[in-house]
Amino acid sequence: MPRPRTTPARRPGAPALRRPRAAGPPRRPLDDAMVRAGRALRAVLLAALALLFLIPFYLLLRNGLASEDEITSPDWTFFPSTLRLSNLSELFEGPTVPMANALLNSTLIAVATTLGTLVLASLAGYGLARIPYRHAGKVFYAILATMMVPAAVTFVPSFVLVSSLGWVSTLRGLIVPTLFSAFACFVFRQYFLGFPRELEDAARVDGLGHWRTYWRVVVPNSRPVFAAVGTIVFIGAWNSFLWPLVIGQDREAWTVQVALATFTTSQVIRLHELFIAAAVSILPLLVVFLFFQRWIVAGVERSGIDD
Amino acid sequence: MLGAQNRTLWFWVFVGPFALGLALFTYVPLAWSVYLSFFDAHNTVSPDDFVGFGNYTAMLRNDAFTDSLVTFAVFSAFIVPTTFALSLALALMVNRLRRAQAFFRSVFFLPAACSYVVAALIWKLSIFNGVRFGLANTVLGWFGADQTAWLSTTDPPWYWLVIVTVRLWLQAGFYMILFLAGLQRISPVLYEAAAVDGARPGWQVLRHITLPQLRATSVAVALLLVINAFQAFDEFYNLLSDSGGYPPYARPPLVYLYYTALGQEQNLGLGSAGAVILALIIAVVTVGQATWFGLGRKED
Repeated sequence: MPRPRTTPARRPGAPALRRPRAAGPPRRPLDDAMVRAGRALRAVLLAALALLFLIPFYLLLRNGLASEDEITSPDWTFFPSTLRLSNLSELFEGPTVPMANALLNSTLIAVATTLGTLVLASLAGYGLARIPYRHAGKVFYAILATMMVPAAVTFVPSFVLVSSLGWVSTLRGLIVPTLFSAFACFVFRQYFLGFPRELEDAARVDGLGHWRTYWRVVVPNSRPVFAAVGTIVFIGAWNSFLWPLVIGQDREAWTVQVALATFTTSQVIRLHELFIAAAVSILPLLVVFLFFQRWIVAGVERSGIDD
Repeated sequence: MLGAQNRTLWFWVFVGPFALGLALFTYVPLAWSVYLSFFDAHNTVSPDDFVGFGNYTAMLRNDAFTDSLVTFAVFSAFIVPTTFALSLALALMVNRLRRAQAFFRSVFFLPAACSYVVAALIWKLSIFNGVRFGLANTVLGWFGADQTAWLSTTDPPWYWLVIVTVRLWLQAGFYMILFLAGLQRISPVLYEAAAVDGARPGWQVLRHITLPQLRATSVAVALLLVINAFQAFDEFYNLLSDSGGYPPYARPPLVYLYYTALGQEQNLGLGSAGAVILALIIAVVTVGQATWFGLGRKED
C-alpha cells in the first residue's frame, strides 16, 4: 500500500515540514539505542515526578495520624510510631475546629450548587441551541460576555448586593449567587447543538412539546455531559474559598475551607487536628475523583476553548 | 403569528431563569460597582457624597495598589511558563506510555481535587515550615544547611518558591489533561508522513509536527493560566496572612482589594474603583492575548 507522501490537513499558518532528503536516512543502531535509553529515562523521570506529586498527600496522612510531639520532633520519622486514629474522634469532639458543622455546610452548598447549576444551565443551553428565537444570538453573547468578567473581580460588588439583601452568613447567600455559571451554560449549548435532531422529531411526532421533549428525551440521552459538568461544578463548589470567606462570616456559616483557613492563619495551631481535618475535607473529593474521573476528564476537555 | 409567539414564550421559559439570575448577580453588581466607584462610600452602599474620578486617581496613585499589580506581574512571570512547560512535558511523557498510562494520569491529576486552602496548609505548616521539623528544612539539614524561614524571608524572597510551587502542584495535572486531549487529536498520518520524510523521532518531530498541531490548545492554556494567575487569592491569603494580618509584601490585586473593601475601613467606593480598574485590565489582556494568538481560528 502506498504511504501518503504529502502532509494532509496541514493548516495554512503552520510552518512547512522540512524535507531533508527525498528518502529518509536509514535507521542506525545508534538511534535504536538512543530511543531505548530515552524510554528508560522517561520512565525514571515519570516515576520520580509521581513520587514528588504524592508527597503532599503522604504528609497529610502522616501528620494527621501522628501525635503533636511526633510532628514537631526535630528527628523526622516517616511514619508515626503509633497511628492515632483518636485524632479523628478528637476532631469531632473537640471544639477547636467546628468540623462537623462545616462539613454539613459544605455538603449542602456543593450539592445544591451542583443540582441548581445543572438544571438552570442545561435549560438555558437547550433553549439557546434549539428554540429558534429572533434575539437568541444577542442573549447568547450577553451570557458569554460575563465569562470575560472573572467572578473574582465582581466579588466586591456582589458582596454589596448580597449584604443589602440581608443574605450575609446564610446558606442562601452562599448558594444562590453562584448558581448562574456562564461556563456551564456554554458547555451545554455547544453540546445540544450537536444533539441528534431525529430523537427530538420522533418525540414531536408523538405530540410532546418543548418541555416534555426536553425532560423525557433530551435529558435521559445526555447523561455524560451532565456527569461531566456536574462533577466539575461539585469540585469547584466544595473547594471555593473567596466567596464563602466573604459571605460566611459567622462561625455557623463556615464551610470546610473557611474553617481550615481560619485555623491555618490563627495564632495557636494544633497541627495534628488541623491535618486530620484537612485529610477529612478532601476525602469526599477523592471519592468523587476516583469514581468519576472519566467524566471529569471529559469535562476538562470540553472546557478547552478550542472546540 | 402564533408559532413565533409560542417559540418566544418557550425560549424564555428555558433561558429566562438563568438569564435573570445572571443579570441579577453579575450585571447588577457590576453596574452598582461602577456607580459606587464615583462616590465616597465608607461602610455604606447608598452614598451621597459624589467624588467623580477621585477614587480612581486615589487608587492609581496608591503605591499599595500599583505594587499589587507588580506582584501579579512577577507571579505570572513565574507561574505561567513553569506550569506551561511542566504540564506539556507531563502530557508528552504520559501520552507515549504504553503501560500504566491511566495510573500516571491519575497521579498527576489528583492534586486538582485538592483545594488551595488544603494545599497551602500542607505547604505552610509541613513542607515549608520555617522551623526545624519542616520537610524542606529537614532535608536541607541532612546536607548541613541552615534553617530557612521560607515565608518570612524577604531577602532573598524565598516566599515566591512556596507560592509558585503550591499552584504548580495543584494545576499542572489539569493542564496536562488539556494537552493530552490536544495530543490525541493529532492525526497519526502526520507522524507516518514525517517518518517517511526522514524526520527523526524526538526533537524534530516535536518541533515540526507536535507543537504546531498543539497550537490551539497552547493558546487556550496560556490564556487560562494568565487569567487564573490574575485571580489568585486563596493560596496567598492562606500562606501569608496570620493572626497579625497580612505582610506588606506579596499582595496580589485581589488580596489588596479584599483588605481595602472588606477590611477595617469597608471603603466600598475605593474597592469598587479598584475592581473596575482590574476588570478593565483583565478585559484588555484577554482581548489582546486572544487577538495576538488569533483565537477562534478553527483547527480544520
